[in-house]
Amino acid sequence: MTMFDQQAAIRSTGEELPDMTNRLDTPTDTGAMVSPTARPTGPDNRIVVENLNIYYSEFLAVQDVNMVIEPRSVTALIGPSGCGKSTFIRSLNRMHEVIDGAHVKGSVYVDGEDLYGPGVDPVAVRRKVGMVFQRPNPFPTMSIAENVLAGKRLNSKRIAKTDAEDLVEASLRGANLWNEVKDRLDRPGSSLSGGQQQRLCIARAIAVEPEILLMDEPCSALDPISTLAIEQLMNELKSSYTIVIVTHNMQQAGRVSDRTAFFSIDGTGMPGHVIEMDDTDVMFSNPKQQATIDYVTGRFG
Amino acid sequence: MTLTDQRPAPSEQRSSITAGRLGRPRHVAVVAGAVVLGVVTWLPTGSVNWARWIIVTLVAYCVGIYVASRIVEGRRQALDRLMLAVVTSCFLIVVFPLVSLVWTVAERGSNRFDTIFFTETMRGVVGEGGGAYHAIIGTLIVTGLATLMSVPFGLFTAIYLAEYGHGTKLAKAIQSMVDVMTGIPSIVAGLFAYALFELLFGPGTRSGIAGAVALTVLMTPVVVRSAEEMLRLVPDELREAAYALGVPKWKVIVKIVIPTAIAGIITGVVLAIARVIGETAPLLVTVGLAQGVNWNPFDGRMTTLPVFTYYQYVQPGLPPEAGQDRAWAAAFTLVIIVMVLFSIARILSTVLKPKGLK
Repeated sequence: MTMFDQQAAIRSTGEELPDMTNRLDTPTDTGAMVSPTARPTGPDNRIVVENLNIYYSEFLAVQDVNMVIEPRSVTALIGPSGCGKSTFIRSLNRMHEVIDGAHVKGSVYVDGEDLYGPGVDPVAVRRKVGMVFQRPNPFPTMSIAENVLAGKRLNSKRIAKTDAEDLVEASLRGANLWNEVKDRLDRPGSSLSGGQQQRLCIARAIAVEPEILLMDEPCSALDPISTLAIEQLMNELKSSYTIVIVTHNMQQAGRVSDRTAFFSIDGTGMPGHVIEMDDTDVMFSNPKQQATIDYVTGRFG
Repeated sequence: MTLTDQRPAPSEQRSSITAGRLGRPRHVAVVAGAVVLGVVTWLPTGSVNWARWIIVTLVAYCVGIYVASRIVEGRRQALDRLMLAVVTSCFLIVVFPLVSLVWTVAERGSNRFDTIFFTETMRGVVGEGGGAYHAIIGTLIVTGLATLMSVPFGLFTAIYLAEYGHGTKLAKAIQSMVDVMTGIPSIVAGLFAYALFELLFGPGTRSGIAGAVALTVLMTPVVVRSAEEMLRLVPDELREAAYALGVPKWKVIVKIVIPTAIAGIITGVVLAIARVIGETAPLLVTVGLAQGVNWNPFDGRMTTLPVFTYYQYVQPGLPPEAGQDRAWAAAFTLVIIVMVLFSIARILSTVLKPKGLK
């Protein structure tokens, strides 16, 4: 499928569900929506990134990011391949450092606390900031229900059987997957289709009740129908979670996000950096930087 | 308009894509020629020599198919057919001795493959009768102890190499030491264990545990290598998925990585057991030989199947056929134990294999 076909397909499926595109007009006014996984809103979970430089060993991959990510909204990160979007998003829950030699300099504040401050346990950070990956990765040794419970169970919390069942149902409903899998919760997670697996991974991520959900190209391995399901899901989840999504698909960024940041790179081997960040409709209609205009209109590279 | 109408009419000349194919009849002729040529080599001596017949036939087939294909089909197909013929011939040359070995062991071993052999020992037996009950017990105890020691050592080393020490100098040093250890001659492992136990418990000490230590030295590197490979095959995405849920590293390894790799790890362990269960030399010096059952691996000599086989063959007693039959039966028993182990491993790895993991 060519890029053009894909975009056309998404556009056409999008038109069948006008309510989804309408939501873009009221980005933050989602208080009336009741998500099944809605939790009492605690601290505002604003993410403040200050002078963040991200390295792989000696190589500076992303340079000097300063950014504020608003709570309970969707922030999209767009930009060409290799510009450091994924590297940046992985640094927001300290997943970056699981790669040998990878480290960062700078600060990421969540609720005023620096994730890279002294004495911070990366494991505790990751319980607070969940992540969904590009390729669906359910645990192959576990059933659908066990996959959802994996976070809780592996964090050595004993949960009563009824609580576990409730959590499985709430999380799967939250991920729009419950109706499709409720009769086969004990089947292996990998028996699902790609789109269902990705929603299972989202259910698994929200089951540990994070405050922030990071999504690294969650739809790039999925067909347009599954993509639509996940985009709808993001619109529902943003009433409870702060969502950051990396995407290569500018239509997708336009459909789902409230704010958009454009990353770019000056050349191979150079560090990526943020060119511009603004409200999504401004970014796609009236951006300030010429580089952003070139990229969003498709004239780039 | 049907599809056939659109088809161009076949031209009078032979089509370029069907031209020059060797075809089945000519292929069969080459095979038959090679077989007959092999038979012809029997004529000068007048006796049937199977090994020579097979080798001559295979070589003749390789040459014949190349020449025939070169004439009819051309260079590319001829080379293709030659390579296929060489690969198949090599496979057959390897398989024939294997089948012959299993067949010989089964045939000769079946002479004494009876109840007495599995229920009685060699205590007080000089001629016919007697059994290998004590040797089977000894082999199971010594190999079992070796497995109990080498699996934790091997698995933990593999976990360190695959999950923690990746790329560090220590890990590289361990890896090369493990590679060296896989090449240790078994007698060296035996002498090491013998010397160790002589230092600890005085000269001339023989016990099952000393043999188990010798086998552990041989087994551990095999377990390390196979388990490390299996752990590395677990996709990093699964580790990352677990980290992203806020799971600590040790728990990711215990609950995600090892269960995903368990089928391969078990197969590796069984391969390692199969590697050491037939070891004779190290057990000869460390465990020795006993005429009866010794259940205590920490005290006194024991008999193991390979050592039993060896002694029954070099000191068969009178009449010698009785001892030789016992030796063959013991060898057959050993082969069966290894086959049973492999079947168990196969079943376990099918049952434990993660569903849907490609």
